[in-house]
Amino acid sequence: MSGAEIRREAGHADWPPAVRPRIEEALERYPNRRSAILPVLWIAQREWGWLPPDVLRLVARTLELPEPEVFGVASFYTMFNLKPVGRHHLQVCMTLSCSLVGADRLFQHLSRRLGIGHGETSADGRFTLRRVECLAACGNGPCLQVNEAYYENVDEAAADRILETLR
Amino acid sequence: MSDAERRPGSGPRPGGERGTSEPPAPGASPRGPLLFKDIDTPGLAELETYRRQGGYATLAGVLAGKSPDECIQIVKESGLRGRGGAGFPTGLKWSFVPKGGERPKYLVCNADESEPGTFKDRELLVKNPHGLIEGVALAAWAVQANTGYVYLRGEFAYVQAILDRAIAEARAAGLLGGNVAGSGFRFDLHTHLGAGAYICGEETALLSSLEGFRGQPRLKPPFPAVEGLYRCPTVVNNVETLMNVPHILAHGAAWYRQWGTEKSPGTKVFSVSGPVARPGNYELPLGVPLRVLLEERCGGLRDGRKVKAVIPGGSSVPPLPASLLDTPLDFESLNAAGTFLGSGGVIVIDEGSCLVDSLWNLVRFYAHESCGKCTPCREGTYWMSQILERLERGGGRSGDLDLLADLADNILGRSFCPLGDAAAMPVQGFLRHFRDEFEHHVTHRACLVNRRREELAAAGGRRVGERAGAPA
Repeated sequence: MSGAEIRREAGHADWPPAVRPRIEEALERYPNRRSAILPVLWIAQREWGWLPPDVLRLVARTLELPEPEVFGVASFYTMFNLKPVGRHHLQVCMTLSCSLVGADRLFQHLSRRLGIGHGETSADGRFTLRRVECLAACGNGPCLQVNEAYYENVDEAAADRILETLR
Repeated sequence: MSDAERRPGSGPRPGGERGTSEPPAPGASPRGPLLFKDIDTPGLAELETYRRQGGYATLAGVLAGKSPDECIQIVKESGLRGRGGAGFPTGLKWSFVPKGGERPKYLVCNADESEPGTFKDRELLVKNPHGLIEGVALAAWAVQANTGYVYLRGEFAYVQAILDRAIAEARAAGLLGGNVAGSGFRFDLHTHLGAGAYICGEETALLSSLEGFRGQPRLKPPFPAVEGLYRCPTVVNNVETLMNVPHILAHGAAWYRQWGTEKSPGTKVFSVSGPVARPGNYELPLGVPLRVLLEERCGGLRDGRKVKAVIPGGSSVPPLPASLLDTPLDFESLNAAGTFLGSGGVIVIDEGSCLVDSLWNLVRFYAHESCGKCTPCREGTYWMSQILERLERGGGRSGDLDLLADLADNILGRSFCPLGDAAAMPVQGFLRHFRDEFEHHVTHRACLVNRRREELAAAGGRRVGERAGAPA
């Protein structure tokens, strides 16, 4: 991201009024503000779909933390999107149990159907495809996570049915 | 994005026809003797149903009639050991928490469930959240903690919604809060959602994450029981461990010891995955042979396949070859067989699968999940992954197997936290039992057998150098 882009985004984000009670509720759960960093980042990601720099700065201001601390935490955890993702974030578990029952076939099938590879987003912004590690659904593999929902026992036909439901 | 699409709590939905998460037919035999006995009762996640089955009676009874020390003593005598992977005696862990003192004490439930092959806690939490809440509250009473947190892995947002609802029900019914079950004991419980990091299943990394830092481990000692969350005395227990506690305190240590062996009492939930006919969670008394679990409970392998190797305790433990299928599933017997009970995640690898490919998959996982704090783990896991990739792609060199073994030997016991050990132990185990198959890759520059390779070829192959979960 260029310096000009960062400056343009800086300081513009603010919490919509409807979200503020959820932030207060998160803060009440802990003896200090810092502990609320993961819940507040989750609230932000659900609100904006991803975590652009100005939103990370907003989180830092809200929690009274230095900005680099918030950037450092957000970049440690794989589920925080520091780049925009599609409306439907398709995450295929590739770890051993799913791999043994067809996760690679599932990934290739989705990749061909959508015309995108690992980490890529479709031109219309609908889909992002990603290989991910174990989702703790090993008994019903292959497992596909779409945004926050799990789909299990997903073979190619099931994947097609799921795609039909995602507009 | 619409609110409906973004809303957490939409839960798992079976995509295909082979699901095992549906309740069994009415009249079917119980799925386990203890934690899984009534788990498929419709509506169990609701307070009313849980109470109708006797739920929270133990909490009320214990808080009215048993001292914290008595509770610790009973759990010690029960022989309960941690069910998350390390197997540390639970009562002993509780007894390390200092008595009295000014500082607050915390009870943390580890629901990170991140060990590949393990998916038991998810089913326990979704179907019986009040069973966990009762266990957490009893453990909190035993160590006199007034605040508790349930740390859930980030992907479990829908589980968090279920648990939050149950916590709200329990609070409204006076089972949590300022006056638990009318006893005067104060205990508040909150959920905390992680955001994608295997390392947060390690207890000190979990505490770092809960405090709002990057999930990196801390040096032990001091152990969390003395200096844990916010540098206060803290007990960290796994979901399954805590869900055993109400049963033990209700019926006593001797009753609990009707299951399992002398040194490994009780039951264990085994999560079975891989190409078996009926994968899923099975609760068995400790000491039942692996073969019984696989053949009688799981219905053997799919499509007439045969077992080549079984990883018995989650991806961190060495595998067992097919010749050791009669090994009893308990702490001591598995140790004697050169492996561990671990988390009870049983991954079955069939004869059509390549073990170099399988091990590469696991080591790549650890390389991806290494937190980067210490050199042996950060560099070693990546190096081992590179060697395995080379072997699998037909570029293996003559010294590679010795190099791989040497790397694993030098990571084991030398990394900051158990993640490095977790990557090294399967490497050692695979080489110990299956060195011939690895040698074949070096001498023939090809797999002995690899069903997945045919699948991949049919699907157009995998792009070279791509790693699961790697940043795009």
